[in-house]
Amino acid sequence: MAKLNVNGDTIEVDFDPSTPLLWVLREQLDLTGTKYGCGVAQCGACTVHIDGQAIRACVYPASAVSENQQITTIEGLSADGDHPVQQAWAELDVPQCGYCQPGMIMASAALLSSTPKPTDADIDANITNICRCGTLQRVRRGIHRAAELAQEVKA
Amino acid sequence: MITTSRRNFVIGSSSAGLALGLGLPVSTQVALADDTSTNEINVWVVVTPDDTVSIRIVRSEMGQGTLTGLAQLVAEELDCDWSKVVTEQPTPGESLARGRPWDSFATGGSRGIRTSHQYVREGGAAAKAMLIEAAAGKWDVPVSECSASKSIITHGPSGRTTSYGKVAKAAAKLAPPLDIKLKDPKDWTIAGQPLRRLDTVEKLTGQQRYAADLKLPGMLNAAINQCPVDGGKLVSYDAKAVADMPGVHHVLQVQDNAVAVVADTWWQAKTAIDALPVEWDKGEHANASFAEYTASVVEGLTADDAAIGNQKGDATGAISGAAKTVEAVYGYPFQNHATMEPMNATALWTEDRCEVWCPTQNGEGALTATSESAGLPLEQCEVHKINLGGGFGRRGASHDYVNQAVEIAKQIPGTPVKLLWTREEDMQHGMYHPYTQARVVGGLDEDGNLSGLHIRVSGQSILARLIPQAVRNGLDPVMFQVLAAEGEHAFVYDVPDLLCDHAMRNPHLRPGFWRGVCANQNAVYVECFMDELAHAADRDALAFRQQLLQNNPKALAVLNAAAEGGGWGTETQAGHGRGLSVCKAFDSYVAACADVTVSPNGELKINKIVAATDPGHAVNPQQIEAQVEGSFVYGLSATLYSQCTFEQGEVVETNFHNYPSMRIAAMPEVETIVMPSGGFWGGVGEPTIAVAAPAVLNAIYNATGKRVRQLPIDGVDLSWS
Repeated sequence: MAKLNVNGDTIEVDFDPSTPLLWVLREQLDLTGTKYGCGVAQCGACTVHIDGQAIRACVYPASAVSENQQITTIEGLSADGDHPVQQAWAELDVPQCGYCQPGMIMASAALLSSTPKPTDADIDANITNICRCGTLQRVRRGIHRAAELAQEVKA
Repeated sequence: MITTSRRNFVIGSSSAGLALGLGLPVSTQVALADDTSTNEINVWVVVTPDDTVSIRIVRSEMGQGTLTGLAQLVAEELDCDWSKVVTEQPTPGESLARGRPWDSFATGGSRGIRTSHQYVREGGAAAKAMLIEAAAGKWDVPVSECSASKSIITHGPSGRTTSYGKVAKAAAKLAPPLDIKLKDPKDWTIAGQPLRRLDTVEKLTGQQRYAADLKLPGMLNAAINQCPVDGGKLVSYDAKAVADMPGVHHVLQVQDNAVAVVADTWWQAKTAIDALPVEWDKGEHANASFAEYTASVVEGLTADDAAIGNQKGDATGAISGAAKTVEAVYGYPFQNHATMEPMNATALWTEDRCEVWCPTQNGEGALTATSESAGLPLEQCEVHKINLGGGFGRRGASHDYVNQAVEIAKQIPGTPVKLLWTREEDMQHGMYHPYTQARVVGGLDEDGNLSGLHIRVSGQSILARLIPQAVRNGLDPVMFQVLAAEGEHAFVYDVPDLLCDHAMRNPHLRPGFWRGVCANQNAVYVECFMDELAHAADRDALAFRQQLLQNNPKALAVLNAAAEGGGWGTETQAGHGRGLSVCKAFDSYVAACADVTVSPNGELKINKIVAATDPGHAVNPQQIEAQVEGSFVYGLSATLYSQCTFEQGEVVETNFHNYPSMRIAAMPEVETIVMPSGGFWGGVGEPTIAVAAPAVLNAIYNATGKRVRQLPIDGVDLSWS
């Protein structure tokens, strides 16, 4: 049995050491908001945070996460779905099919926590998730809008 | 068409069967359920006492926004309170049991709204009339003295009011009105507005459940390995080698060409299938060579065996007599849909019933597939549609993943099984956008006017493999999208002598309808060549097109709008260029003006694309903008980087590292001009994809003097000095 801290709860869970974090989250903890898209860390649909850093859970062994590290999934990003990124996404109707969006949102939230007012170049360098519906323009606008919303909260 | 009579809805059969074959008998006589104890006003509208209006939607929602758009159309005629609208999705089994009152479930060819707007609006209007009649009855006043707005019914003379919810039960018992008059779109207040989607919130919190997320009680998970060469067979596998691996329950043959491991979790199943020794008979295509196939396509460019799809006058004669001739050969490669959510389905089979949960663009097609594989009649099967993690045409014309899930479940009666493909399986077993090339020859007269044009397309036919009965005398009409003589994909230009023909050269790869279908490559072939002709005639590329569009005011209007919005004609520096394109696709008129920069060492940056679209009616302008932006990401991914090839019969590209998709750094700014001119209903999801590639290619030429004629651009030297 290993202990994982997921969305603020410490959970005991049994898994083969090679199991990627993605599948422990999805299949054993029923946190299915984090998606499988490629399995090779290309598309970013599986993005979650470990201690606030965006990582791609499809290639990250669950056994590499210690009990002291905080795992945050889309389900735990905010209590009421009101993280600035979620608010901005709702305002701009960013999602289309929505399948890649948990990953997009988690990647964007991590960027904003390290870079509160990202430039377009910051976005280009840090947001590399794939969206086949093609929401990229609204994702960019959404990140800028989320940065504004986060500032308003602080002000 | 829909007309109403007492207790009966008579619905004309859908014309949407071509691209996404239904495989179900069409009943035209549809009776409403006798049970009127519900709040179902009619098959489209359910109103509950708290004034919640539930609108029924049977076309699939896969990101394209059709669910919201159709709800807007019904709500518009119903005059209900939009803030209390929810949607529900009847199942294909319910539809079958009730005689198909919702008509087609097929969601492809950008038809979701344009082929159903009439009957869904009539459904909304009929429900409104019945609700008003119920209120009038309750008050014992003439219907003509009552009106309704935002779910409130008012009796004018007395000022009394009631709500839809309060009279819903009574309304449900009434006969539908005999005469239904729809609103003039000019008076729309819900439809036509840039409303937010109804399905966004759950997509922001991880609460939206896709079929890949499903977990049923007692469910097992399956991973599959299919023969890597299409047409090959499974010879043997060594189940013992994986039987003791963690979680493994079963190793099962699936049809004649695949094997699956069924385990407690999918990760366990996937780990075991990777370890399972398998022997294949790769079949007659085991040595299929991409080079040999493309050589056959090149041969087709000048072959005699071509089917004529559009002919006017004598193009060959006009070209041979022309003062100047221009010739170019272009090519557009195989593409995979690569939906973000891989193929998957969950099936539960027992001797007398089979249920499936799956993402599908055609619920009735999925039901047919379920019935076939289950060995049970349609009436003993059911499909639960789950909103799709992308479709793009992959999940409509074939339900191979449903067939497989049922074949697996049938071997474990009573246990639900979820089959999920890996991305690698998805790349290897796609339904590929066909490979084609085109040889285009044009003749210019002494004044630089286009006198004759011959567009010879060579390459794969989609219908020949998927719907062979639709190919007549070697002619596949889908090959002539954007090139057709008339209809939803009519060639836009007025050319005195024109010949469009197709030499069919089919590879072993299974083709599919891929967002935009054959408009993608044919728009490249036409619009890049128009640019080459204008250059040869020493004419401005806009003016050259305008002259040929004098008899096509709608196409001319979108072209002018895109050109104006894109700054056409204003000065550019070296390495900075603009390009145009225009076409009619899926019954909409679309145009684009691309703005690119190419550095002297050949680095391409697409700065901006201004797109104009005239879909006739714009049901939700901000969602149309989203579709235009998205279509450009899809189309430009293919333009810039992605292609599928094959070696020894197997597709070479395996995942997003060698089948790249556009990321945000490459995304141009997209400005969309939505300019509905009324009087017709065009599609939205696909048309604009066709104009992105040629506009960018023409802009690259404008910037560098280099013509890129074979896609993708990646790897082409664009450097200039």
